[in-house]
Amino acid sequence: MKLFSVVAATIGATFVSVAVAADMPEFSLLIKNHVYQPSELKIPAGTKVKLHITNGDTTPEEFESTDFNRESLVLPNRSIVVFIGPLRAGTYGFFGDFHRDTAQGRLIVE
Amino acid sequence: MPAVALLVFREVLEAALIISIICAATRGVPGRAARVVGGIGLGVAGALLIALGADFIAQLASGAGQDIFNAAVLLLAVLMIGWHVIWMSSHGRELAKHMSSVGSAVKQGSSSLNLLLTVVALAVLREGSEVVLFLFGMSASGISAVQMAGGIALGICGGAALGFALYLGLLHIPINYFFTVTNIMLVLLAAGLASTAAGYLVQSDLLPALGSQIWDTARLLSDDSALGKTLSVLIGYKSAPAGIQLAFYFTTLALLIAGMLWQQRNVMPTSRSSSAAGDTLPKAQP
Repeated sequence: MKLFSVVAATIGATFVSVAVAADMPEFSLLIKNHVYQPSELKIPAGTKVKLHITNGDTTPEEFESTDFNRESLVLPNRSIVVFIGPLRAGTYGFFGDFHRDTAQGRLIVE
Repeated sequence: MPAVALLVFREVLEAALIISIICAATRGVPGRAARVVGGIGLGVAGALLIALGADFIAQLASGAGQDIFNAAVLLLAVLMIGWHVIWMSSHGRELAKHMSSVGSAVKQGSSSLNLLLTVVALAVLREGSEVVLFLFGMSASGISAVQMAGGIALGICGGAALGFALYLGLLHIPINYFFTVTNIMLVLLAAGLASTAAGYLVQSDLLPALGSQIWDTARLLSDDSALGKTLSVLIGYKSAPAGIQLAFYFTTLALLIAGMLWQQRNVMPTSRSSSAAGDTLPKAQP
């Protein structure tokens, strides 16, 4: 039992809340007809950004990127926030896991 | 139909690999099949509930509910796997020596095994709730029932076949090393799950990333490929991990290995086998 309290405490101790910088850049994506608008999003390199994603469709979508390691459900007519980066300069793909044929986008980090 | 089959396949694959590792780790346990099937059934029921409550969960903790929920499910699985491997490290040798008389040893550890089988339910619940939401969207978009059913069947069969292949492969391991290997696999699985949990908390900014791309092998081996997904379950592979994910991975690895070694040192080879599972966990020592 003791060992597991230690495990739990160690994991718990890392759950410190992180102060959000007041000047964190914010960006928005809209999903409409299973397409990302815009399909290309430019964000600054080396900075954490706050990304708002709104699902304007009547079906659920999953915002996902294997390139920058994010995965989050966006229910119909709902918005979510995903924090991204800081990323190195480059082009990263993202997609909608539930409509991969149409929901494709690129994150351009520069 | 291909879209349905592919998504279902990807989700089932992850759960199936986890289940096959657990099936191997519980080899020789009487009544195991019923427990695994029960775990899958509970997981499916849970997946439906989670999918129904997805909107409620998403609104919790000012929008971070989904990430916290995912992380909590994963960390719960990590704790359960951890408990089991530490218990197994003192009993694994007995199990390997007396495969035929495994029953009594297992009865004493049945609480530990039940925990492990709950991991089956959690794995199915996590992947399953996504499938349910996806299928809900698909049905709303007017796909025919035949295409839907065909896609689901194809996806489940494909994912389950790969899981079954892994299980059959594991059965070829000589019995002397068998539980050592399955224990190592469980430890790596737990470490990978802990790292995934950290990823969820980073994306809602509840944990610092501590470097968001320690390395980037997405072009070499994407997390999205079947091989990438398989390795992510087996060894916790991530193509672009955050520093905190590595910290969670190696902390879990270190804690579980330390727990197993400690338990092995404490265990009395024969006389302890009559004590209850809870008592075989490490005692507090000054």
